[in-house]
Amino acid sequence: MYSTSDFRKGLKIEIDGEPWLMVDNQFVKPGKGQAFNRTRIKSLITGRVIDRTFKSGETVGRANVEEHEMQYLYSDGEHWNFMNTETFEQIQLTKDQLDDAWKWLQENGTVQVVTWNDRPISVEPPMFVVMEITYCEPGIKGDTATGATKPATLTTGATVNVPLFVEMGDRIKVDTRTGSYIERVRG
Amino acid sequence: MAPTLPTSEKLALLRRRAEAIDALRASLRRRGYLEVETPAVTVCPGVDRHLQAFAVDFVPAGGGPSLRRYLTTSPEYHMKRLLAAGSGPVFQVGRAFRNGEVSERHNPEFTIAEWYRPGWGYGELMDEVEDLVREMARALRPTAPPPRAFPRTTVAAAFEGAVGADPHGGDPAPLRDAAEAAGIGVPAGAEGDADALYCWIMAAAVEPALPEGGAFLVDYPARHAALSRVRPGDPPVAERFELFLDGIEIANGFTELTDEAEQRVRIHAENAARVAAGLEPYPTDERFLAALARGLPPCAGVALGVDRLVAWLLGVPRVQDVIAFPFE
Repeated sequence: MYSTSDFRKGLKIEIDGEPWLMVDNQFVKPGKGQAFNRTRIKSLITGRVIDRTFKSGETVGRANVEEHEMQYLYSDGEHWNFMNTETFEQIQLTKDQLDDAWKWLQENGTVQVVTWNDRPISVEPPMFVVMEITYCEPGIKGDTATGATKPATLTTGATVNVPLFVEMGDRIKVDTRTGSYIERVRG
Repeated sequence: MAPTLPTSEKLALLRRRAEAIDALRASLRRRGYLEVETPAVTVCPGVDRHLQAFAVDFVPAGGGPSLRRYLTTSPEYHMKRLLAAGSGPVFQVGRAFRNGEVSERHNPEFTIAEWYRPGWGYGELMDEVEDLVREMARALRPTAPPPRAFPRTTVAAAFEGAVGADPHGGDPAPLRDAAEAAGIGVPAGAEGDADALYCWIMAAAVEPALPEGGAFLVDYPARHAALSRVRPGDPPVAERFELFLDGIEIANGFTELTDEAEQRVRIHAENAARVAAGLEPYPTDERFLAALARGLPPCAGVALGVDRLVAWLLGVPRVQDVIAFPFE
């Protein structure tokens, strides 16, 4: 159990049978009165963010949330298969469980799989990945200044907006948190 | 980690802070108050279920058992002992300590101004507090338009306006329903606790709805009298006020409770509530009660958060902006 005095950003708690990440915690107190902790929490399952207030001194359950390093093996289009790099145990996840992470999975690449009570609830790809463009409109040489972009499809089927000079077959670096193009990678 | 040295912007604010505190002291002296100093290390901190003191130990230099003491949460008990001895009007600008409180409005040690005047009730003291704040605003912000007159609203009217509930009742159900209906939710752990629900509605709905500039809330439910006199009636109301500046609580004042027996009952009730909440009870201050028994003159008193007032006068959002070294 955690008491409100343990509250801080990043704490993982369990409320209404669901794991939550504390994203904000404020001490609130009217003049000469009871104090409260006004928190903002994010569901580790759905990503929904809600406000919850606690009378100071209340306790709340600790969410049994762990991260495991896993290697992405392959997908049959329905299931995505991963192997725990420590135990070599294999797991299968559905597209729902992956959320947006399917966009950035590269065969034999490592990801962090978050489990709650040993049940996988989300997959965190590396912050940056380098992937190949399988299709985009032909490039316009020398256009490095206008800031205009065009959509490009990657090996996983994900779409990223890239500058006009980028060509089909180029490898690009992408920020997986925002899904945005960073740079073209040579070689 | 905060920077190890204050920035030049902070130093500029600290110079303005010194001007503000000089103006506050000068104004209180001009109004006939004697400046006093009372101990920071005390046998009995204020007994209040919602205030936690820092415990400290006095260790005798020559050996022997150490003595448990507390850093004062406000100088109230000692200042009333001076009043009972016939000091006349007194004020103090000093340090108070409240454990566990850190936010943009709280630093666990802060500067408190507290003053008492025999012969007055809370109404006359409110007039003075308003004059004093307006005077300081004119001195510290000469180019800003002077603040409007500070409206005085009873807690009952403010609750009725903000959430349509009666704060005097002791039943949690209507307060809970009012909080739900007002869209502020009910804090976990407060569902069956009328005191906590009252405080939550105050913090989340009443205070944010207060008018811009200065405003007083007056006439608190008897349960929230603290050390104020309760005026009999239906319902009985505590002769207590709080001053808010732009919705932030700045000062808390009373027509002071002078009855020793009633004061003892309240200290015991607060300690019982502390024990029920799993908190350490604090010693009952028999020296303070003896002073009331001997005769505290009828008086009014107020405590004002100096850091908050200075932050408001200087137009900065956090008390930490006007404290040289906030809690580390």
